[in-house]
Amino acid sequence: MSSMLGKRAVSSFISLMVLIVLVFFLSRLTGDPAALYLPVDASEAMRDNFREIHGLNDPVLVQFTHYITDLVCFDFGDSLRKARPALEVVLDSFTWTLQLALITMALVSAAAIALGSLAAFHVGSWLDRLASGLSLIGASAPDFWIAIVGIVLFSVTLGWLPTSGTGTVWHWVLPIAVLFIRPFGLILQVVRGSMITALGSAYVKTARAKGVRNRPVIFVHTLRNAMLPVITVIGDQAAALLNGAVVVETIFGFPGVGKLMIDSILQRDFNVILAAIMVTALAIFLMNLLIDIAYALLDPRIRT
Amino acid sequence: MTEHLLEVRDLSVRFHTARGMVNAVNGISWHLDRGETLAILGESGSGKSVSASAIMNLIDCPPGEITSGQILFEGRDLLTLDAETRRDINGRRIAMIFQDPLSHLNPVYPVGWQIAEAGMAHGLPRAKARARTLQLLTRVGIPDPEAAMAKYPHQFSGGQRQRLMIAMALVLKPDILIADEPTTALDVTVQAEVLSLLEELQEETGMGLLLITHDLGVVAEAADRAVVMEGGRVVETGTPRDLYHGASHPYTRKLLAAAPGKGEMRQPDEAPAPILQVRGLEKSYGPFRALRGVDFDLRAGETLAVVGESGSGKSTVARLLLRLEEATGGSALWKGEDLLQKSPRQMAPLRRQLQMVFQDPTQSLAPHMSVFQIISEAWAIHPGILPKARWRARVAELLEQVGLRPEHAERHPHQFSGGQRQRIAIARALALEPELIICDEAVSALDVSIQAQVIDLLGKLRDELGLAFIFIAHDLPVVRDFADRVLVMQKGEIVEQGSVAQIFDAPQALYTQRLLAAGLDADPDVQADRRAARLALAK
Repeated sequence: MSSMLGKRAVSSFISLMVLIVLVFFLSRLTGDPAALYLPVDASEAMRDNFREIHGLNDPVLVQFTHYITDLVCFDFGDSLRKARPALEVVLDSFTWTLQLALITMALVSAAAIALGSLAAFHVGSWLDRLASGLSLIGASAPDFWIAIVGIVLFSVTLGWLPTSGTGTVWHWVLPIAVLFIRPFGLILQVVRGSMITALGSAYVKTARAKGVRNRPVIFVHTLRNAMLPVITVIGDQAAALLNGAVVVETIFGFPGVGKLMIDSILQRDFNVILAAIMVTALAIFLMNLLIDIAYALLDPRIRT
Repeated sequence: MTEHLLEVRDLSVRFHTARGMVNAVNGISWHLDRGETLAILGESGSGKSVSASAIMNLIDCPPGEITSGQILFEGRDLLTLDAETRRDINGRRIAMIFQDPLSHLNPVYPVGWQIAEAGMAHGLPRAKARARTLQLLTRVGIPDPEAAMAKYPHQFSGGQRQRLMIAMALVLKPDILIADEPTTALDVTVQAEVLSLLEELQEETGMGLLLITHDLGVVAEAADRAVVMEGGRVVETGTPRDLYHGASHPYTRKLLAAAPGKGEMRQPDEAPAPILQVRGLEKSYGPFRALRGVDFDLRAGETLAVVGESGSGKSTVARLLLRLEEATGGSALWKGEDLLQKSPRQMAPLRRQLQMVFQDPTQSLAPHMSVFQIISEAWAIHPGILPKARWRARVAELLEQVGLRPEHAERHPHQFSGGQRQRIAIARALALEPELIICDEAVSALDVSIQAQVIDLLGKLRDELGLAFIFIAHDLPVVRDFADRVLVMQKGEIVEQGSVAQIFDAPQALYTQRLLAAGLDADPDVQADRRAARLALAK
């Protein structure tokens, strides 16, 4: 198991390096920050001065070398826009996103596993059809549309929930509800399918031939096997949320890392972009590691 | 009327399928007494397993439905009992083991717990269940039982897994053990061991043993009485000896006639020169040496059987020759050219001469392609064999040659039975007009009667087209009927090679003798001799 983790760490490190190189150079292609941050009538001397201060006058390769050496000391540079360390800015936003992702995924997993299992026990029943219908709608409905309809319905027409921002518990309801829908639909389908497979499996037949009662057949023999593919999908979906729910965060003015990235790109705040990418990439790496560990705990065949 | 331990009366089961209602079991009756072994003999689709599932209440309703009959266990009709009472009988009074122990054991729990659960499900305290598990693991011959308790199913061999299943079934000393094809996936020597174990345990406990099988040899070896089933009906009942010598029903006679290992052995003529010379063939997977210096010759038109148990390396030989895997050493001269040294480009034209037929035609034929596409694809890959205009006519010819009809060309593999699919696979191999066909367990998955037909077909093609065969098999009677020469392999090495007569009539190597003694014969008298030979060898 430790060798598996080691291999994972090495391959993740390599992808992270490639990512840094790509993002560093690609973001330099978006244009000159001096043109954006200084007034239109700023003199060429002022612009030069601005570039000099932020090290933008050096050749790109020199800038890159500086960036890498700083990175080794966990110095991501300062944010152009906020004049604060970029890492600090990113971690602020990331905390918001992390909370949003964790709460959403916990709710999604619980709901999808419960409803998906029920559907699998009663294949073809009204409940099963309802679950399949919900999951199809959930997996295919565009989230920006649901977000806007949600705002119109619950915030504007009914006035029950705030339209955007943060502050109270109520501010979380709409973003979570919108983010909930798609992963719920996907995971529900996987749970249902994998439960049906496990219930029809040979080892369940053996358990019944042993005279094991219904409840342990389901909760001991079936569930653990059925969870294996489900965990993979939960991990994928959680990773997508950690990456920042760009559309939802933007619509609801939620100060998460997705919104931060979009803002930083638009404002050529290179250091923040890079820091945000590094932080989310690291989070996704840890997330995948957790999934691998959970998988190995559930399935002894992976351990050896 | 005396009461039987278990009596099935007029049982009918039907299934709702996509193609409508199917009567899987049609009014069957039989009985089993204490200490008796009753075999239910039949081919796939005969309904032999369905009746066992009905006894264990394992038929899913829907799609299954018991439409009539009684299953009397000690005089009580199981079909009228409530669910809880039946659950309590399962595992405690009647236990069952299955064909494929790997999929029938839960992959994510330690086997010790899974065996103990059979007791705990019926109220046996954990500590007692554990002690009983340990005792049983020792009894069924699992090495280091204490450590084995904490291991998982995938860490055992196939034979050990079946022993685990047997231990699991015996936790509460049931009155009846139902064994559904318990040795089908096992090597012959392991099969013999498992059957002896079942027999010993039966003597110790006096349980009734219901043995469901397709194998006449298993019946001859283990059964007191046998019920022959065909198409959901019982066609004949009797002792193995009576059935073997005086079967009255045509189906039983057909089954007995199809049993391999009875025909004349072929006498190879030494004349032709070798077309394939394999020298020092090696294959290692990391530190594991799967093949250790294999040498053999194959002459033109000769059928060379490669026999051995799982892990002997017999399939590896085939994969290396066809370059489906790369050898780690040695040479294979095909008409003077070393197959193992060819680049993929040089290998391409040679592939035409060397074709393969695999074990499972369900997996080796592409499901989305029609039979025409499957067969004609070879001509698209090897241009110059046949102009496109002639493809259709040639596919029709090939299908007729393998005993199918020309109009089958437009169908897809799933529309055929297992035996027909294997015929398609053979037609596909023949399309390239090869000189050598390698059959890797090509008839192992087929029912006895179908197996006999496919072997007949291969024999006919061999005579008509002068084909050479490398025939990889674990089933010795089939080899005896079909091959000219035999290689016996064990743990990656050839332990013996010779003509069929030499190997079967005068085996030299101890391993070959053991293999032959472990094989089961449909004739109960021959089988009794074999058993004596096996016991002698074991000492």
